[in-house]
Amino acid sequence: MSTRLATGGRLIDRSKPVRFQFNDTWLSGFEGDTLASALLANDKVMVGRSFKYHRPRGIVASGAEEPNALVNLGKGARHEPNQRATTTELFDGLYATSQNHWPSLEFDIGAINAKLARFLPAGFYYKMFIHPRPFWKHIYEPFIRQSAGLGRAPDPETRDPDTYEHFYAYVDVLVVGGGVAGLQAAKAAAKSGARVLLIEQTAHWGGRAAVDGGMVDGQPARDWIAATVKTLEGMENVTLRTRCMGAGVYDHGYVLGYERLNDHQPQADGPRHRLWRIRTKQIITATGAIERPISFAGNDLPGVMLASAVRDYVVNYGVAPGERTVVVTNNDDGYRTAIALKAAGLAVPAVIDPRVHAIDPPLVAQAKAAGIEVLMGRAVAKAKGGRRVTGIVVTAHSGEGAALREIACDCVAMSGGWSPVVHLWSHCGGKLTWDAHHAFFRPDPAKAPTGADGAPFVHVAGSANGYLFLKDVLQDAENAGRVSVGLERDPAPDANSEHAAPIHPVWMMPAKAGDDLRAKAWLDYQNDVKVSDVQLAAREGFESVEHTKRYTTLGMATDQGKLSNINGLAILSDALGEDIPQVGTTTFRPPYTPISMGAIAGQARDEIFQPIRKTPVHAWHEENGAVWEPVGQWRRPYCFPRKGESKHQAVRREVRATRNGVGLLDASTLGKIVVKGSDAGRFLDMLYTNLMSTLPVGKCRYGLMCTENGFLTDDGVVARLDEDTFLCHTTTGGADRIHAHMEEWLQTEWWDWKVYTANLTEQYAQIAVVGPKARVLLERLGGMDVSKEALPFMQWADGTLGSIPARVFRISFSGELSYEVAVPAGRGREFWDLCLHVGADLGITPYGTEALHVMRAEKGFIMIGDETDGTVIPQDLGLNWAISKKKADYIGKRAQERSHMTSADRWQLVGLETLDGSVLPDGAYAVADGRNANGQRNTQGRVTSTYYSPTLDKGIAMGLVHNGPARMGEVVVFLKEDGETKVKARIVNPVFYDPKGEKQDV
Amino acid sequence: MLTLQCPHCGVHAEETELTGGGEAHLKRFGPGSDDDAFEGYLFLRENPKGVHFERWRHSYGCGKWFHAARCTVTMEVFGTYTAQTSKPPQDLLDRISEKRPGWRWRDLNEPA
Ligand SMILES: [Zn+2]
Repeated sequence: MSTRLATGGRLIDRSKPVRFQFNDTWLSGFEGDTLASALLANDKVMVGRSFKYHRPRGIVASGAEEPNALVNLGKGARHEPNQRATTTELFDGLYATSQNHWPSLEFDIGAINAKLARFLPAGFYYKMFIHPRPFWKHIYEPFIRQSAGLGRAPDPETRDPDTYEHFYAYVDVLVVGGGVAGLQAAKAAAKSGARVLLIEQTAHWGGRAAVDGGMVDGQPARDWIAATVKTLEGMENVTLRTRCMGAGVYDHGYVLGYERLNDHQPQADGPRHRLWRIRTKQIITATGAIERPISFAGNDLPGVMLASAVRDYVVNYGVAPGERTVVVTNNDDGYRTAIALKAAGLAVPAVIDPRVHAIDPPLVAQAKAAGIEVLMGRAVAKAKGGRRVTGIVVTAHSGEGAALREIACDCVAMSGGWSPVVHLWSHCGGKLTWDAHHAFFRPDPAKAPTGADGAPFVHVAGSANGYLFLKDVLQDAENAGRVSVGLERDPAPDANSEHAAPIHPVWMMPAKAGDDLRAKAWLDYQNDVKVSDVQLAAREGFESVEHTKRYTTLGMATDQGKLSNINGLAILSDALGEDIPQVGTTTFRPPYTPISMGAIAGQARDEIFQPIRKTPVHAWHEENGAVWEPVGQWRRPYCFPRKGESKHQAVRREVRATRNGVGLLDASTLGKIVVKGSDAGRFLDMLYTNLMSTLPVGKCRYGLMCTENGFLTDDGVVARLDEDTFLCHTTTGGADRIHAHMEEWLQTEWWDWKVYTANLTEQYAQIAVVGPKARVLLERLGGMDVSKEALPFMQWADGTLGSIPARVFRISFSGELSYEVAVPAGRGREFWDLCLHVGADLGITPYGTEALHVMRAEKGFIMIGDETDGTVIPQDLGLNWAISKKKADYIGKRAQERSHMTSADRWQLVGLETLDGSVLPDGAYAVADGRNANGQRNTQGRVTSTYYSPTLDKGIAMGLVHNGPARMGEVVVFLKEDGETKVKARIVNPVFYDPKGEKQDV
Repeated sequence: MLTLQCPHCGVHAEETELTGGGEAHLKRFGPGSDDDAFEGYLFLRENPKGVHFERWRHSYGCGKWFHAARCTVTMEVFGTYTAQTSKPPQDLLDRISEKRPGWRWRDLNEPA
């Protein structure tokens, strides 16, 4: 069993017990524990089940590389799946449950998959689920839903109660990793005065050296670490952060850091996570190395762990993962575990080492001296056990697995060598080189990621760079730190030098393991990928490592193959008969370990997710029950329902009140762009399809704007303010886009033209006073002559209304007598209130966007976004009258001359009137005879705008119909939403109301 | 994520402050041009692996358009310059030639 030792544990505080729950059982640990160390202290070795076969899974590692110990953490709104127990710091009241089992961790029905293993080979999903198709719905999907998947997603109705934030940092040197290499590199760089940020993903400085010891500058490594941290903390140009992971490296020195501020103290104030958005000149990745498992049969049993993790639990937490631990290692470092266990008073029945040494290297000699039996040239044939390892079978490493002897044990500590953590080096294009002597990929210094200036901006230090011994690590880190600030290399602090025998790469154990053993030797614990799966993929022709990865799912689990990739790659290379470097690695992509969605969102949630733009009259709308419609970033009132009134009824009332009396519309959201300069007319002639340069001062003209591809993109009324100045109105959603469009042409094509633009949209409130009684209302306000004679249709005038400075445009989007009044934004609400007050006895009625739409549709006016969709040219909409024939050029003119654009075969705008008076569904298609190549019905048109008209008391619509204007009076058939019910509609003139335009021109 | 120095206001702008505008130095073809020329102008674009000339707008800064010469593989930025020119400045072309001998882009060839 695994237990807490009576003494030891440098990171725990035995005076501070901590209570927590696992699978609803209360357990106890100490402050400083991780959830993993506390579980092991409570003999909870098996903590989950694997993805595919539901095999029992135990804690394997002690850090970010852990593939198995993933738990559901928290409950309710704070429930979070797939949290690694090894990186979860224990706190009082922590609540965790195990994942991927049903109905319970101990008894799991899905484990039957393991018995079906031969039916679940590599590429299973590709092979089996392709056909027959009906099987998906009734067999595959229910089966997968019931038994697969890891953690459960939180209930979609819950809202994360925690807060998150983004933090921007600009530094000269970012050091990722706070082991001895990171500390030394930071110190070396900081001495130059450079601004240095040092981040460490765990809560502790020092990395492995703090566990494995050694002497630096004549003092024990732990003391040197403490002293160095203190030195760095005392430097004002250095910032240190623990619990902050370097998540990803991006172009030009952009780095994301993921700081977990309060995961270990959930009751504390402040944000839970902080996303650091770092821009740095230079990066030093001192990210250490990760130990590799060894592929022998049964290596996935709970109790089989990485050798380094076993000694971490003993040294850091005073926890013995087992009482009897067999160490299996192909390198000297694994012996440290045997020595540490022995020193803690635990049994180590044997170290199994496939190597044979002529002279024992120091660590081997030390282990032997401690009384540990060392079996040279030997291997583990298989580990035995069920929910826990119970023993191993020893064999000759060179053979096929014949049993020589069995050793009982409850823990196996394995070390297949170390792989430098090269993720951050690789994120931005750093290349790797295969180091055959050490059997790992290391960064290729000749192929570093390069920055904006073409020079390398990422440096590696320490074991991340392939240096495994303290002395080399420190020297490498010193070099990296100095190089990052442009200094010459310098000697590093002295450390004890070590001697070790070379590693013997072992990709499969024993070397000639047979089929039965290979089918039980796991590479990827989380996704259940075995040696035999990769070999099968190779036999089936998967030669590319990227394809093999996807076919077998090797390295595709939440741990992204931190333990499995190199072993899997080696197996693939062997199966293909190629060298490892020829096969290459898969791509390393950020983030290094998963980061929370909350951190990515930061503060951008709820009301500040996307700030709402408000008109000067917004508050009135809010107070008067407006139903909102989002229009771009604005909120516009859709209608103003009165008590007991439906939206439909409100719209009907608003339309009738406006057509018969006077209505009031907040049109402030309309874009208002001033175009000024001696070439302004010339510029607008290019921008609009109309001729704008001939517009007399004081007059207004409706204009169309197209893209260079010919398609209609915006419309609005242009007013000429003086000889050199035009005011261009745009659609509500178009103001910023059209202003940018103008600037683009001015700056990049006609830069020598004398034209300036300014977007004044928010400087003015614009209120439309609309209806037969509009003039009466304005006359009551007083201050300027608004008679037909003084201010005719399509003209504008400056003056005052009710002592408020106003620019009044006589333009109409409703077909009624209409004045659009622009007043300074700060006086918009005052003007609105004044109109309501003065017009009360006239029955003045505020109306919203829906009444606006209904009235414009009754008049046959097009709406950008309804009648247009980026494929419609003005000619399709019967707007030829607004296209100048005199101009040699305008944006979009050449495109509109293309044969397809001038074809008579286009869908063109018409009015549609249902024979039964009903309202056509929006977007409905008119069907034509026959079917197309895909078996779909042919179509001949579609509805673009459709409304119930209160004025005409029937449904009216506009639509684009094939050759429509030539088919007036013809009846076409539309289909309702069900795709079957037919509605007949007659093609008519799109102007349903006052076709002669008499009402607006009075 | 790129940073480009805006030649107009001098700010080293983050990519999030910028809007990309595609290939630089296009020649506009309007009414009267033949179909091939118009198609080339409107639709056909260089897609080099290596040196490229692009348009960018400092949208969330000074609002000005500018041009950038960049390596699409390594993200090396050879320089940024005004948008109000029909071809890149000679000193920039020389600098690129120094760093990428033999490079070609449209009709901009390495000087002999
Ligand atoms: Zn700028």
